[in-house]
Amino acid sequence: MKYDMILSGVGGQGTLLAAKILASLAVQSGLDVKLSEIHGMAQRGGSVITHVRMGKNVHAPVISLGSADFVLAFEWLEALRATPYLKEDGVLIASNQKIMPITVITGSGEYPSYDNNALLIDALELAKKAGNARCANTVMLGALSCYLPFSEEAWAKSFKECIKPQFLDVNTRAYELGRQYMKETQSL
Amino acid sequence: MKELMLGNEAIARGAYEAGVKHVISYPGTPSTEITEFATQYKEIFCQWSVNEKVSFETAFGASLMGDRAMTCLKHVGLNVAADSLFTAAYTGVNAGLVIVCADDPGMYSSQNEQDSRQIARAAHVPVLEPSDANEAKDMVLKAFEISEEYDTPVMLRITTRLAHQRSLVELYDRQEAPVKEYTKNPAKYVMMPGMARKRHVVVEDRERRLSEAVNTSSLNRMEIKDSDIGIIAAGAVYEYVKEVMPNASVLKLGISYPIPRDLIKEFASKVKKLYVIEELEPVIETEILAMGIEVTGKCLTGLQGELSPEKLSEIFKGEKQEVTASNLPMRPPVLCPGCPHRASFNAMKKLKLTVFGDIGCYTLGTLAPLSSMDASLCMGASIGMLLGAYLAKGSEFSKKAVAVIGDSTFLHSGIQPLVSAVSLNAAITVVILDNRITAMTGHQPNPSTGKDIYGNDIQEVDIEKVCSSIGARVNAVNPMEVDSFISLLKEELEYDGVSVIVAKYPCALLPGQRKPALSVENCRNCKLCLSIGCPAILPGENGVTVDSTLCNGCGLCAKICPFGSIKMEGK
Repeated sequence: MKYDMILSGVGGQGTLLAAKILASLAVQSGLDVKLSEIHGMAQRGGSVITHVRMGKNVHAPVISLGSADFVLAFEWLEALRATPYLKEDGVLIASNQKIMPITVITGSGEYPSYDNNALLIDALELAKKAGNARCANTVMLGALSCYLPFSEEAWAKSFKECIKPQFLDVNTRAYELGRQYMKETQSL
Repeated sequence: MKELMLGNEAIARGAYEAGVKHVISYPGTPSTEITEFATQYKEIFCQWSVNEKVSFETAFGASLMGDRAMTCLKHVGLNVAADSLFTAAYTGVNAGLVIVCADDPGMYSSQNEQDSRQIARAAHVPVLEPSDANEAKDMVLKAFEISEEYDTPVMLRITTRLAHQRSLVELYDRQEAPVKEYTKNPAKYVMMPGMARKRHVVVEDRERRLSEAVNTSSLNRMEIKDSDIGIIAAGAVYEYVKEVMPNASVLKLGISYPIPRDLIKEFASKVKKLYVIEELEPVIETEILAMGIEVTGKCLTGLQGELSPEKLSEIFKGEKQEVTASNLPMRPPVLCPGCPHRASFNAMKKLKLTVFGDIGCYTLGTLAPLSSMDASLCMGASIGMLLGAYLAKGSEFSKKAVAVIGDSTFLHSGIQPLVSAVSLNAAITVVILDNRITAMTGHQPNPSTGKDIYGNDIQEVDIEKVCSSIGARVNAVNPMEVDSFISLLKEELEYDGVSVIVAKYPCALLPGQRKPALSVENCRNCKLCLSIGCPAILPGENGVTVDSTLCNGCGLCAKICPFGSIKMEGK
């Protein structure tokens, strides 16, 4: 088993937690894993990209352009920014959430329109339905879970390991809503 | 037991395992988390020092008294500590003393991309470079062993990609390091010329012995495979080499200064074509060229930016990943919604001031639409720059200029230039943007916060009193009170002496700062509120809207709106 995944979004959207959960799944399966994160200046509302690599033996913590199996994007503009990482048959799963960058607000850029071929999820709405808008990241993990070979038990164990007990239930609900949505819309 | 750890977390663990008793640092991305993680270990005393020079000296003092001590800083912080470091290389240490220095190739969060190995080399301090989190942890112990065996400070040099990668780390128990006895020895520890001349001889001798020893160190290893290509690599890039060129012969340097000359000669003789892959400056390459060995490196990689597996594929395999130029709008970092610096810069922009800036979140005030800052160099530089501008242009100019500096940055290195300004009786105005915390690096307390790294209450350093005791005229004001802030600013700019305005308002991300989101009614679409660059205010054809998930409820836009169309809850 070998997966290269890019998680992209805007600082504060919870990409780091999502990446940690994926890494914990890899560890459970006895795989080597490396993550590369962005901290500091780039987090002040800037673009954030996290690399997640798992496999038998992982060297570099970063993924090369054109070689990611998945791009999991928490925001639409950041989905487009990360697509060059996808390999030819790679899968893009994106939240349809739009967060306007300052360049669009001040009129020096135009926010891109949706691409109807992308796997788009209203993650924010599903997260609200689960009980907390901040769980959009775990909705996205639920959607991604349909494409990964990890068992439900393994996901549950990783959630328990990475999420504070008081937020575990709402995140689990968010995950299930994301998974269910993907199963229904993609007939997986 | 294996655990998934952030590179910086692994280094903190390494300090624990190595029996370290003190980790004294000043925050700086990408080194900050090491000291934060070290607080988890009750055996280690941690402190946020006032700046890197003081933190190094504090760690040095602890080492002198016989405790293993470590200081963690970013590359530009090393410049601040350099004065002490260069002479500590002469005195040597008592118990082990390690500097963890985090370079930032690609400048994710820095003002330059200097290569700290050059500074270590200039100071004659050995350098260890780990390639992943596990090795970083293990190298901390090695660094302390070398420090004590060779009586020298040792640098563990990491980069952003190492600091902020997460990988599996094998954990061991702590090995207590016995306290070393301190004996008075001025010939070793007091560096007057007569003593220092003798110590310089010791430094040279030490370096000769180390240069021999590194040839057989377990940290340097040859991995002989295909003999066509031989690659010498150190640090995070070693893993890129293994990824891209799995069949090439590799000489992995765990110690990149001093270099193992015999080992390099042997490796070079085993391969047809020799390369050095290193980020930033040709530190290893230059030394190999000086040995008279033919080697290729920087002419392929260049000096700038971060290396990557892609770049190595391009160099070694000619595989260039074609990326069509993106016309996607950029998403630069911005001041957060509710950030008090936005109010300060809005006032300065309104008064058309020349702004000499400093290092912190507020450096983001440079970007459009606030477009406030004229110059920014490094920590503490704003006041000195304004002073020079006053000397060059006189008070007519300085009446339309300010220096802005954060609370933490002021205490780091802003006090001394203020003393200089008072001594000259300069007509300058300094605005201390006091948001009660060291915000940019992730909310570390500083001496004016009144908390230590563990969250305990400590004596609070009163910035206003510090400034008035120096002799400056001091006013404190809430910058969110837009009108009174602007009138105070106007008044103080006219003052014929050193004036300090402490613009005091807590960082928007501190607990309890979030208030209910604002609402918009009958917007006339004049777009004035868009001039403050708040990411929570969105333009629209029929007027602006407020994104309630982002809005922090600070109310600055409501105060700026000339038509009273933006409303705070309950007003």
